[in-house]
Amino acid sequence: MESFALLVAATLNAGTVLAIAGLGLLINERAGIVNLGAEGMMLVAAIAGFATAVHTGNDWLAFAAGMAAGAVLAAAFGALVIWLNTNQYASGLALSLFGAGFSAFVGIKYTQEKLGDRPRFEIPFLADIPFVGPAFFKHHPIVYLTVLGAIGLGWFLYRSRGGLVLRAVGESPESAHALGYPVRRIRLLAVVVGGALCGLAGAYISVIYTPLWVEGMISGKGWIALALTTFATWRPARVLLGAYLFGGVTMLQFHLQGEGVQIPSQWLSMLPYLATIVVLVLISRNATWIRVNMPASLGKPFFPGS
Amino acid sequence: MLKLEARPQPSQAMSLASPILALAITVVIGVILFALLGKDPVRGLQMFFVEPIKSGYAWTEIAVKATPLVLIGLGLSICYRSNVWNIGAEGQFVIGAIFASGVAMQAGPDTGRWIVVAILIAGVLGGMFWAGIVAWLRDRFNANEILVSLMLVYVAVMVLSYLVYGPWKDPKGYNFPQTITFAAATKIPRLFDGFRLNIGVLIALVTVALAWMFMFRTYQGFQLQVGGLAPAAARYAGFSSRRALWLSLLISGGLAGLAGGLEAAGPLGQLTPYVPVGYGFAAIIVAYVGRLHPVGVVFSAILMSMFYIGGELAQSRLGLPKSLTGVFQGLLLFTLLACDTLIHYRIRWRHAPRPLAPPAASSVQAAATPKGA
Repeated sequence: MESFALLVAATLNAGTVLAIAGLGLLINERAGIVNLGAEGMMLVAAIAGFATAVHTGNDWLAFAAGMAAGAVLAAAFGALVIWLNTNQYASGLALSLFGAGFSAFVGIKYTQEKLGDRPRFEIPFLADIPFVGPAFFKHHPIVYLTVLGAIGLGWFLYRSRGGLVLRAVGESPESAHALGYPVRRIRLLAVVVGGALCGLAGAYISVIYTPLWVEGMISGKGWIALALTTFATWRPARVLLGAYLFGGVTMLQFHLQGEGVQIPSQWLSMLPYLATIVVLVLISRNATWIRVNMPASLGKPFFPGS
Repeated sequence: MLKLEARPQPSQAMSLASPILALAITVVIGVILFALLGKDPVRGLQMFFVEPIKSGYAWTEIAVKATPLVLIGLGLSICYRSNVWNIGAEGQFVIGAIFASGVAMQAGPDTGRWIVVAILIAGVLGGMFWAGIVAWLRDRFNANEILVSLMLVYVAVMVLSYLVYGPWKDPKGYNFPQTITFAAATKIPRLFDGFRLNIGVLIALVTVALAWMFMFRTYQGFQLQVGGLAPAAARYAGFSSRRALWLSLLISGGLAGLAGGLEAAGPLGQLTPYVPVGYGFAAIIVAYVGRLHPVGVVFSAILMSMFYIGGELAQSRLGLPKSLTGVFQGLLLFTLLACDTLIHYRIRWRHAPRPLAPPAASSVQAAATPKGA
C-alpha cells in the first residue's frame, strides 16, 4: 500500500512535466503553429534553470530562467515561421537540433554540480492522512499549479473573448485578419507563451524532478508532449489526463524494476516511447475524428493579403 | 521599414547563394562565440575550416565521416521532396548496424569475403524494416510519421543497448558492453593501406548518381515530387500517395541502414552503445543545406563532416567542448531556413504604406503590404 502511494505520487510528478509542456504546445497549436522544437527548448531551459539554481540557490528564479530561455528560443522560431514564412516542421527541427547542441555545450561545466537539499513540501493535516497524504498532498506547488493551469486554460479557450480570438487565429487566420485582429502578433504571442511553458517544464525536470544536469536529459519528453496534444485532440483537460497516463507508464518501469521483475531494463525503458506510438495509432486511426478536432490551419503559414 | 516583397518567380541564384550566405552568418556567430569564450577566433575557425582539409590524410577522414551523411542525406532528400517527414533516420541507422552485425558475427576464420555483401544487404533490410514500421503505421492507421519515426529512434537505441549488455555481449570482453570484434573477413575493404577510407565512399558516390537518376529521370521519381509539391495535382493525375509514402520511407530507411552496416563492419568493427553518434540527425541538415539535391548533398555532407572533425580538434587542441559541433550544425540549419526566404521574397526599403495598387498588379502588391501584422 505504501509503495502504491509512492507510485501514484511519482506518476503525478512525472505527469506534471509532460502536462506543462503539453499545455504550452496546445496554446501554440491552437493558434495554428506546430513547434517541433519542444525538445530543444526544454533542454536549453533545463540547463538554464539548473545553472541558475546552482548559482542563486533559488528554485523560483531557476524556473523564471527556464521560462525566459524557452521564450527567447520560441521567439526566434516564431519570427522565422511567422514573418519569414519558413517551413514550420523544418524550423522546429532546427530548433531541436540547435537546442541539443547548445545545451550540451553550455552544460558541460555543470555535469558534476549538485543542488543543495531539495525542499520538501506537504500540505498541513491533509498530508498526514494515510495513503492519500503521501500520494496527493506532498508535492511541489508546481504540481498543483499545473492542474489549476489546465483548468484556467480550458476556461480561457472556451469561455473568454481572448480564447475565442486565439482559436479563430488557428482555425481561420484569414477571417481573423479580416476582422482586424493582428494575426501574426497573436501567433507570435502564442508561440512565446508556449515556449515559456516548455521552458518551465524543462527547468522543473532539472531542478526538481531529477535533479541534476546530464546531456540530453529530456530524453524525448518534448516529443512525447507533442504527441500528447494530438492524443488530447487539443483539449486542455485531456492533455492533463494524458500526461498522467504517460507519467504512469514512465514510473511503472521503475516500479517494476524495483519489484525485481525479470525483464531486462532496456525493454522497460522502451515503454514510454512504445506507449506513445500505440496511443498515436489508436487516436489517429479515425482520420475524421482528428480532422474535426484539429485546428483547421495547423501548420499552414499565413501571409496577410495573399 | 524593411518589407518583404514576393518575387514573381523563385530566384534560382538565391537558391544556390542561400547556403553560402547561411554559412557566412554561422561563421560570424562562431567568431563571436569564440571571442566570448576567450579563445582566439582565428584559431577556432582554423580548427573547423583549415585543419580538416590540410592534408590528404585529413581529406580521407572527412570522407569517412561524410559517407554515412551522404547516404542518409540522399534518402532524406527523397523523403522530404515527397513531403514525407522521416526524422528517425538515426534509428534506422542503428537497426541497420544491428542487422549487419548479426550477420557479421556469424563469420569465422575461414569465411569468404562474400560475407561483406551479405552484411550490407542485412543492413539495408534492417533500415527498411524500421522505416517500414513508420510507413505501415502512417498508411494503415494515419499515425503521424514525424512522431512515430522519432519515437522509434529511442526504441532502436534501447534495442542496441539490450543486445550489447545482454545476449550479444562478448564473453571475453571483461564485461564491457560490446560484441565480439568481427572476424577479419567481414571488414569492409579499404581503398588504400594505412587509411580508414573504404569502399563505402564509392558506394556512396554510386548512390548519388542513382538518386539523381531516380529523382530527375524516372517517372516514379517525378510522381514522388509532384506528390510533395502539389498533393492535389498528384491525386488528380492518379499518382498514389500511399505508394509515395512507402517508397520514400523504404528508400530512406534502406540507405540509412546501409550506412549503419558500413559503419558497423567498417570503422567500428564491433557493436558498442556508442554506435549512434547523431549522423541520422545531422543528415537532416545535410539534406536541407544540399537543397535536397544529390549533388548538393555531397557538398553539404563534406561541410558537415568538417564540423564533426573541427569539433573534435577544438576539443583536443583548444579545450572546447565537442558539442560545439552540434551548436554550429543547428545554427547552420536555422540561418539557412531564414536565408531561404530570399528565394521567394526580396527585401525592400519602404518609407510609408503605398496607396492602393492598380488591379493588374494587385496580387503581387497585396502580398507585399502586410499591414497590421
